[in-house]
Amino acid sequence: MTTIPLKLKSEAGLLKLNEPAPIWTTGSVATPAGPVYKALTSLSPQDCREHFRCRISAYRDNFIVEPGIYAVGSPDENSEVFASANYKYSFDLLRQSLDGLNGWILVLDTKGINVWCAAGKGSFGTVELIKKISDCKLASIVSHRRIIVPQLGAPGICSYLVTKKTGFKVYYGPVYAKNIPAYLEADRKASPEMRTVQFTIKDRLILTPMEIIPAMKNYPLFALIILLSFGLQPSGIIFRDAFYGGFHFLVLGMLAVVSGAFITPLLLPAIPFRSFAIKGWLAGISTVFAYHKIFAPSIFTSLPLSVVAYIFFPAASSYIALQFTGSTTFTGMSGVKKELKYGIPAYMTAVVISLILLSAYKLMEWRLL
Amino acid sequence: MKYLANVATLTLNKDKCTGCGNCAEVCPHAVLEIQDKKAFITDPDRCMECGACQTNCPFEAVGVDKGVGCAAALINSMIYGGEPSCDCSAPQEGKAKSCC
Ligand code: SF4
Ligand code: SF4
Repeated sequence: MTTIPLKLKSEAGLLKLNEPAPIWTTGSVATPAGPVYKALTSLSPQDCREHFRCRISAYRDNFIVEPGIYAVGSPDENSEVFASANYKYSFDLLRQSLDGLNGWILVLDTKGINVWCAAGKGSFGTVELIKKISDCKLASIVSHRRIIVPQLGAPGICSYLVTKKTGFKVYYGPVYAKNIPAYLEADRKASPEMRTVQFTIKDRLILTPMEIIPAMKNYPLFALIILLSFGLQPSGIIFRDAFYGGFHFLVLGMLAVVSGAFITPLLLPAIPFRSFAIKGWLAGISTVFAYHKIFAPSIFTSLPLSVVAYIFFPAASSYIALQFTGSTTFTGMSGVKKELKYGIPAYMTAVVISLILLSAYKLMEWRLL
Repeated sequence: MKYLANVATLTLNKDKCTGCGNCAEVCPHAVLEIQDKKAFITDPDRCMECGACQTNCPFEAVGVDKGVGCAAALINSMIYGGEPSCDCSAPQEGKAKSCC
């Protein structure tokens, strides 16, 4: 086993007496390396509010836990050590699932990013894990040499290198923290179910707000273009025309967001084809068709406008649906690259054709064509 | 749920493989299994190119072109250059925003 360098200054995560304790801690535990905060294993109403805000907004910034070591329950030198990211959401899920157990949590500095994304970037990685094991003097806190790392951290962690450098053997825990008690019960063996990621309808539903909100960011620009182009007359901008002419396009724009960012993610396995671009396009064209048939709005009496409706909105829905690849648990880079290779030229063509047809419609309206 | 067929870059060199089982343990989609003391690719279409198997194989027997399967990340890297990463932000003000 390698020797752990001793440092005299206060170590990250070990209790800092002159700072107020985080509200999710309850006192401290003495260790040979100094006192360590004891984390609560239940969430306070404030924690839950933070989690909710985190699902619907960019409040995700600075949602962090100070990296270092924390205690759960009344751990001793034989208790297990669990590695975590310093994204507070990840940390909260872990401490919650350790309720009733005694253990240590080693929080790596992942810059507030969750285990999976941080492992992809490498901040939840071999170097950081080795550094934290040494900085927190883990070898003096526990007498065994085991560390349980979440399986989704595996892309960043080279287990045999960690063992070589620190003497600690990496045990990959289950994908989901909630399975930790069962995993420990089975002597640190994860069943095949515990090893695979799921992507249930509930998982997908929770992700939809963060698909809809970014997609809506472009909506004001879209609305402006529509209102301007419908309102524009040789005599200036007529607001009545802008609204009556543009209204159905504004609704269709909203429907494209709904179909790409909500319907497609939700019905993902039920929509045919594996490509997200095609799934989104199918959902989009179905909504345009439904809107056409149910409300039979006036725009569909004009040939150029109905062509625009059937070209532009399904393409927009497809583009928005493609963004969902960033939130799934099963899309790989080569696949997304392939979709973009065919998708981007197709989207650009759709936009250009739509603009040409819209201009043609205006020229016809002004009897110039 | 499976993503596009025949695109994953996963490769396995059975001659180098010792059947240690590390790759099968870390794969979140059960793409790799151990059969007759060697790793075995069950269904390459399930591979999401996370790279966990490659990083944890002590014998360089598995290879994969590791990357993020995220359209926004890839589009950002096309526009602004740089490696596609799970940052959810263009490199504005040099400040990376946390996502996911
Ligand atoms: S980790 Fe490498 S050596 Fe071990 S079973 Fe997998 S491919 Fe074979
Ligand atoms: S890259 Fe990831 S998903 Fe693909 S086989 Fe390896 S561990 Fe499994």
